[in-house]
Amino acid sequence: MNKKKEVLISVILIAALLGILRILELNIKPTSQWAMLLTVLKKGSIYALVAVSMNLLNGFTGLFSLGQAGFMMIGAYTFGVLTIPPADREMVYMYYDGGIIKFAVPVVVGLLAAGAMAALFAFLIGLPVLRLKSDYLAIATLGFAEIMRALFQWDTLGPLTNGSNMIRNYPTFKTILFPFIVSGVCIAVIVLLINSTYGRAFKAIRDDEIAAEAMGINLAHHKRIAFTVSSFFAGVSGALLAMFQTNVQAKSFNSAMTYEILLIVVIGGIGSVTGSVISSFLFIASSEWLLRFLDEQHKIGDFTVPLLRSGFRKVVFAVIIMVIVLFFRQGIMGTREFSIGRLLERFGGKKKNGTEGGGKLQ
Amino acid sequence: MKENVLKVENVTMQFGGVIAVDNMNIVVNEKEIVSLIGPNGAGKTTAFNVITGVYAPTNGAVYFRGEKIVENYPQGKMKKLYKGENNGKYTHSIAPTPDKITKLGIARTFQNIRLWKSQTVFENILIAEHLRRTSNLFTATFRLNMEEERNMREEADRLLEILELSDVRDELATSLPYGKQRRLEIARAMATKPSLLLLDEPAAGMNPQETDELTAFIGRIRDDFGLTIFMIEHHMDLVMEISDRIYVLDFGKPIAEGIPEEIQNNPRVIEAYLGGAVDE
Repeated sequence: MNKKKEVLISVILIAALLGILRILELNIKPTSQWAMLLTVLKKGSIYALVAVSMNLLNGFTGLFSLGQAGFMMIGAYTFGVLTIPPADREMVYMYYDGGIIKFAVPVVVGLLAAGAMAALFAFLIGLPVLRLKSDYLAIATLGFAEIMRALFQWDTLGPLTNGSNMIRNYPTFKTILFPFIVSGVCIAVIVLLINSTYGRAFKAIRDDEIAAEAMGINLAHHKRIAFTVSSFFAGVSGALLAMFQTNVQAKSFNSAMTYEILLIVVIGGIGSVTGSVISSFLFIASSEWLLRFLDEQHKIGDFTVPLLRSGFRKVVFAVIIMVIVLFFRQGIMGTREFSIGRLLERFGGKKKNGTEGGGKLQ
Repeated sequence: MKENVLKVENVTMQFGGVIAVDNMNIVVNEKEIVSLIGPNGAGKTTAFNVITGVYAPTNGAVYFRGEKIVENYPQGKMKKLYKGENNGKYTHSIAPTPDKITKLGIARTFQNIRLWKSQTVFENILIAEHLRRTSNLFTATFRLNMEEERNMREEADRLLEILELSDVRDELATSLPYGKQRRLEIARAMATKPSLLLLDEPAAGMNPQETDELTAFIGRIRDDFGLTIFMIEHHMDLVMEISDRIYVLDFGKPIAEGIPEEIQNNPRVIEAYLGGAVDE
């Protein structure tokens, strides 16, 4: 399998995927029962980005951070605040005299600013907290995210963040292709980074910090890079989520959201980009759509199926997660990656034996 | 006269009330193989950790090619606790991190092998070349450094070939037999292009045949790469065969130095160290 052919096939597949998405979007009416599929795809693509960004940190650099929701919130707010049309500001900031920002930037600039702002915060908070290791780092970043959430709702910052009121009326995306393309480009950049010499250094830090440092890898510098880049993309995905939800409120970016993202990463496989992508679609599909029937009462003839009532979905979900953690600790992909080249080899009859006998995480 | 590559001057390392290394002076000259021996707990690895920047010494200085790279004096709590000599001789604190010392040209291996476990043999070498990159995050991510990347890969392959590891190039580092893992660790240190190589018990856990191979290997890399080697070792066969000079450490104190024959006949050394070993 030569490289050019693989790239060509990838391009064709991506084009086909985008084409199918567009056709789906044009044909599914908002009232049909399949409308949920579009929602799942949109949200799934956004979560895929934040999951991959978290994987860059947790899976590839070995930094256990739980600040992802906080950085998403910073991104979402930055995007919302900067892109509300000036004409609507009076209405959105009704309690704060129209806010202090009187201009609006284009959507693309808003997305980049969202990432840049999250990255800036990450850089600053990284200076002290990246000295910490494992659990302590997780606690510190989680604390940071919670503090930011409280800070954004602070009344004094109202002219900027609209206090505890919603940010809304900013531009949203009109087509499903938008989140897919933005997420796709961002994930591609992350993959390029992971496969570059810096990415290899990250993996060295993950595998053995002491050896990495002894081989001339500056730990503080590289950890900071990973943390900042990861937060940049979390910020972008936060902006996408803001567009998807059509409004932003700080209180929705709570720690439960970070855990959701962490779950996606764990289910997909810590250290596998494609695993994170696949599992984010699966996760969003099951939590938003496929398992919804568990929340409703069902009757077969006169028989009422027991246990099924509002909230039962979460119980089933918890059980699934426990099963995964107990029996499939590698997640869906382990540390392997899904590759078209290998897939074609499989189906092309050239079977290779024992080349991918499971990642060796433990 | 030979230029001295490494000079450890009055280094004392004290942890709390325990002096692990006491007023140590060591000189390693160009292209020499110098061994540091001593009973368990004598402070040999601590000495290595001071040289490579893992610990800042409590007092003393380390020079590399005439340039002072590490210096420290008792500070803070240590001011009162310090029990060593030469208090007040050193007044500066220079404590670079290990990666900076590696960049100067001092590479090391570890007593308990520390390879990057999830990486292949080739990748282990490749990562060690990261420190000589000229690309930044942006150029590396967007592959604007193709030339450099290609050079890194070619160099890694060349090194594997010279050190006879090409046949296991794409295997996971941890799947190698023990002797080859040791050899890979040395190869990885070589990939940082050091002029001084520190080996921490390279023959630990090896059988006699593997030890013989290693002896030849160390001699060969010294000659082929023009290296200076400073090592800690317990295998007396290996030490006596390839060392130009030997330092003996006991309870943190240097008790003897000299060529292998002198050390073998030194009564203090026999008492402290070889005496126990002969009985085995």
